[in-house]
Amino acid sequence: MKYVIVGAGVAGMAAVEAIRSVDLAGEILMVSDDPHGYYSRPGLAYFLTGELHDKALYPLAPDPQKIKFDHLKGRVTRLLQAEHALEVDGKARLTYDKLLIAVGACAVSLEIPGSKLEDVVKLDHLSDAKKILRLAKRGGTAVVVGGGITALELVEGLLARGMKVHYLLRGDRYWSNVLDRQESHIVEGRLQAEGVMLHHHAELVEITGRNGRVNGVRLLDGRAIKCDLVAYAIGIHPSLDLAANTALALDRGLLVNEHLQTNDPDIYAAGDVAQAYDPLSGRSVLDSLWNPAREQGHVAGLNMAGRKTAYLKSPPFNVTRLAGLTTTIIGAVGRGHDEDVLGIARGDSETWRDLPDAIVAQSGFDVNHMRLLVGERSLIGAILMGDQTLSKPLQKMISNRADISSIRGKLLEPDAPIADLIADFWVGWRKTIAL
Amino acid sequence: MSFLNHFKNDANRRTALYAGHVVADPSRCVQCGICSYNCPIGIDVRAHVWRDEAVIKSECLTCGECVARCPRGVLSFVQTDLFERRAG
Repeated sequence: MKYVIVGAGVAGMAAVEAIRSVDLAGEILMVSDDPHGYYSRPGLAYFLTGELHDKALYPLAPDPQKIKFDHLKGRVTRLLQAEHALEVDGKARLTYDKLLIAVGACAVSLEIPGSKLEDVVKLDHLSDAKKILRLAKRGGTAVVVGGGITALELVEGLLARGMKVHYLLRGDRYWSNVLDRQESHIVEGRLQAEGVMLHHHAELVEITGRNGRVNGVRLLDGRAIKCDLVAYAIGIHPSLDLAANTALALDRGLLVNEHLQTNDPDIYAAGDVAQAYDPLSGRSVLDSLWNPAREQGHVAGLNMAGRKTAYLKSPPFNVTRLAGLTTTIIGAVGRGHDEDVLGIARGDSETWRDLPDAIVAQSGFDVNHMRLLVGERSLIGAILMGDQTLSKPLQKMISNRADISSIRGKLLEPDAPIADLIADFWVGWRKTIAL
Repeated sequence: MSFLNHFKNDANRRTALYAGHVVADPSRCVQCGICSYNCPIGIDVRAHVWRDEAVIKSECLTCGECVARCPRGVLSFVQTDLFERRAG
């Protein structure tokens, strides 16, 4: 059996390990054109802030001595389904018995006048991060445009590298489709305290330059800001070039069933490029997170090697750092699910409740904030900023749909001690299920 | 924060030094490597997390650098059961 994996990200690496756990004899070949190979893409944020050296971004890849596979550097330019073959760099041909497409996603381009100037940057790859650091060394002023986590990573990284930063927000607050007003204000307040200049209702329409270099931006309302660099993060889209002119079923990503299999039984997809069928919701969804990519790669690898396994999507779960605050987002916390949510409980605390067997290593967060989305019998979502002691309990309670009827009323009382209520509930509930 | 909590945290840290070891929640980890980068004796903490293994090594100083620096709250201390069979 010959397995070919296109892409060297976490989905591809997880697939290699999974295939090898089932098939010790088959040939595994990974093909990718990323000059940097396998590294932690989310870790770029910490490389930008200077918390990490770039060499530290390379995790332990499967050891080729222990897990036998080959790695070919090259760009897959064509997929020839009928021949079970790939064209690499426009000429060489590779054949496969089972193929995994795990090529990821890339940044949506900024399409406005001036966006092709040298000092206009995005944060897709390690090479982008290195370019940002090279440009930031000159100092000066940066304008960041976009939303969500990546835009904030750019803001924090440029600030840490000594640039003055203007952050343009289209609406009236940061990440309004996930955070509530209070949470947005927590983040914005912390950014402003660090010297970030926030501009609400600010729409970028033009980047101006001189001699090929950026010298400013112009906004829709006529405002102009002088700057030396523009960084953008306005979204990502799955990399679908390889699937063009093939019979593979596409929507926003490469459509796969719960076995991560495309409509071609010998071709699988995993990670950011895959739009995976979720049997629980009946919908096909995109994910652009590290852990789902790892899980999908693992499940795809098992299926490719003949061990039929279904991918069951967990409730959405992401951990990130927003303006220096570790933040966990579990389940449905944003807009679009409001019809399911019967109540919201919020809590702040100077000192977060300790769990009885926990040993505190991190303490002294200046902000601790928790918001719970309370359904009829169970929690539907949660967001935690600052102390993360209750993060794992909440993740387990939400994914297992713990029946919280006994504390539901108390949680929804004004000024309820929700951290204490959750901690007490967790101590009793976890004994009742195998975790 | 009440000043009494400082004493409590200090006591907790001492507990970690003599009776704790580092465990991971791999579902939160993005393999960024801050933990391994900051380990003063060069333990590849990140590799432990990938394999979902606790850091039970006699070399581990339980200094808490990896736990405190992880930006995603992946790592935590738990009490070591001295009578439990050890691995890793």
